[in-house]
Amino acid sequence: MTRPNDLLLEMQKRMLRIRFFDERASKMVKRGEIPGTVHTSIGQEAQVVGACMALAEGDYMTGNHRSHGHPIGKGAALGPLMAELTGKATGVCGGKGGSMHLADFKVGSLGESGIVGSSIPIATGAALSSKVLGTGRVSLAFFGDGAANQGCLYEAMNLSSVWDLPIVFLCENNQYALSTPAHTVTAGVIAERAAGFAMPGVRVEDGQDVLKVHDAVKTAVDRARAGQGPSLVEVITYRFNEHSEGLKLGTDYRNPAEREAWMKRDPIKMFRAHLIDKGIADAVVLDALEAEVAAEVEAAYQFAEESDYPAASVAFKDLYTEPFGVTQ
Amino acid sequence: MTVMSYLGAIGAAQREAMEADPRVIIMGEDVEANVYGTMGGGKSRADKGDFLQMFGARRIRNTPISEEAMVGAAAGAAMTGLRPIVDLSYSSFLYMAMDQLVNQVAKNRYMFGGQASLPVVFRSAMFFGLNTGAHHSDRPYPMFMNVPGLKIMVPATPSDAKGLLRTAVDMDDPVLSFEACILWGLKEEVDEGEYRIPFGVARTHRHGNDVTIVGISTGVHAALQAAQKLEAEGISAEVIDPRTMVPLDSDAILNSVARTGRLVIVDPAHTTCGAAAEISAIVAEKAFDCLRGPIMRVTTPDTQIPFSPAIEKQLYPDAAKTIAAVKRTMEARTRAA
Ligand SMILES: Cc1ncc(C[n+]2csc(CCOP(=O)(O)OP(=O)(O)O)c2C)c(N)n1
Ligand SMILES: [Mg+2]
Repeated sequence: MTRPNDLLLEMQKRMLRIRFFDERASKMVKRGEIPGTVHTSIGQEAQVVGACMALAEGDYMTGNHRSHGHPIGKGAALGPLMAELTGKATGVCGGKGGSMHLADFKVGSLGESGIVGSSIPIATGAALSSKVLGTGRVSLAFFGDGAANQGCLYEAMNLSSVWDLPIVFLCENNQYALSTPAHTVTAGVIAERAAGFAMPGVRVEDGQDVLKVHDAVKTAVDRARAGQGPSLVEVITYRFNEHSEGLKLGTDYRNPAEREAWMKRDPIKMFRAHLIDKGIADAVVLDALEAEVAAEVEAAYQFAEESDYPAASVAFKDLYTEPFGVTQ
Repeated sequence: MTVMSYLGAIGAAQREAMEADPRVIIMGEDVEANVYGTMGGGKSRADKGDFLQMFGARRIRNTPISEEAMVGAAAGAAMTGLRPIVDLSYSSFLYMAMDQLVNQVAKNRYMFGGQASLPVVFRSAMFFGLNTGAHHSDRPYPMFMNVPGLKIMVPATPSDAKGLLRTAVDMDDPVLSFEACILWGLKEEVDEGEYRIPFGVARTHRHGNDVTIVGISTGVHAALQAAQKLEAEGISAEVIDPRTMVPLDSDAILNSVARTGRLVIVDPAHTTCGAAAEISAIVAEKAFDCLRGPIMRVTTPDTQIPFSPAIEKQLYPDAAKTIAAVKRTMEARTRAA
């Protein structure tokens, strides 16, 4: 697949956004600036961005608790996302979602889910509305290797296959569900499960390579948009941080050597080298890009910091389209 | 006006809504073949496959037996421009989709700060009283009253079913409709034209001065029969049907109790944490000074539903139990006086 240079640079930019945003969020958790739980996508940026950028602007997407990368990858503004993490009124969900429940409908992000697997049927419904209304939009459901053992995935795969829905099921196989190695709880190969639902299933073995992910997901998206139905794409990747920030487990469930080997395959460093190697951009341009994204994240942080908390009455807002009952 | 059954009225409301708005679709198990008779719309059970012929397979969609995917997909579709009606057939099957109903349908608008609207209706029939055993006899609306974000309708008559369901489809919030199977054949004169009954407005079926009887779903009919018999004994009962449990027209109940001083609630759900328990608490909190006798609940005892016809029916509220409850609370007054 040939890709214009600006698309390639945009990929690097979005990966950097996720990395810097999540590094900042991690620091904020340590400093007590973010209440609650935070799961970063550090190390998985290629998998997220390769998938998101295979979608068109108007396409839909749902995700999970490892949530920041998805809307960022889809092009969401960073300020309201950061403000959401700190529970501010200017947050993308007005401070009512938080880290695990980001949604930015402006970029087709229909919501992340704190319940593992639970957003998969929602993405399926977005594909259904696209099909019934004839809007041509494609829907993509992000979920982990852990979620791949939830029953609702298979209900959704079967339903979307018999209805030929324009959806891509994207399994982010970072090889662990919290402390549980995927191979100890998962029979067979996740991608091969697609065969049971009469849809293509592909496994991207090198999910640290943004172009490989992009290729595979683009094929699935094009197929969906052409009315040929759903696909399952499994991407093998690795999270560099702990399952969630600040989590300290008694057992060393991940082999340090394994982690070190994967850390060497940093998707952002790898793609930077690729861009230089192919003469698409030089170090000066790429350094400038990094500085630009660092400034964006800093501005997002400032925005969040300077924003006010929501009024107490906001806790009663948006439950229904018109309020009734307890409203303050 | 025309005579319609409860089932026919549900069909008529769906047909109206389907005709009025191309974004309305119906999905569920066996809906194409109109197995339960609500996919025709009209006087009673319509011809086989009526809606399928009228609206086509794009809008009338048979689903696999996958309640979780069905409910979640309807929610996702509602968030992106459709207005689905989901036919879940039996209310007992809602549990299969509990995660989607509670974690997605009820929470998405709130959690995403109002970015999402979920104009979707989940219809299901409560098959209690028909010897279908414990797996098909649930009356689970009180469980969902405990989930903020959902609206709940429990129609007791054909005309209420038609008007409430039409409102539900037009509404931008998710609605659960609990239809009592035992009322399916109930007939009355119904306006065949379009009309809508607002949610949160109770219907006073009968005025009275001595006691307020709140009836829910089939409980309305038990209450009306009881009121008629009590009249012969010189006791004047007011019968109120809230019609929607969320929002609940507590003002109508409180105003009535303020006049009668007594409250009996007839609710076919289980006793503990049931709809009757909630109404009792509201009245005890807000109208304590008006009460002249204990609030009485006529509910289904906290046991599962047995199959044997010899032992099922007597578990549910009926007119005799309602009369006994009224007398209990009336006696309390005599003692006090
Ligand atoms: C239904 C449900 N069960 C359990 C959890 C607790 N939990 C949160 S994340 C997680 C692991 C998820 O693993 P995976 O799907 O592989 O995603 P990853 O965290 O690896 O990105 C678990 C068990 C949950 N949030 N929801
Ligand atoms: Mg995982």
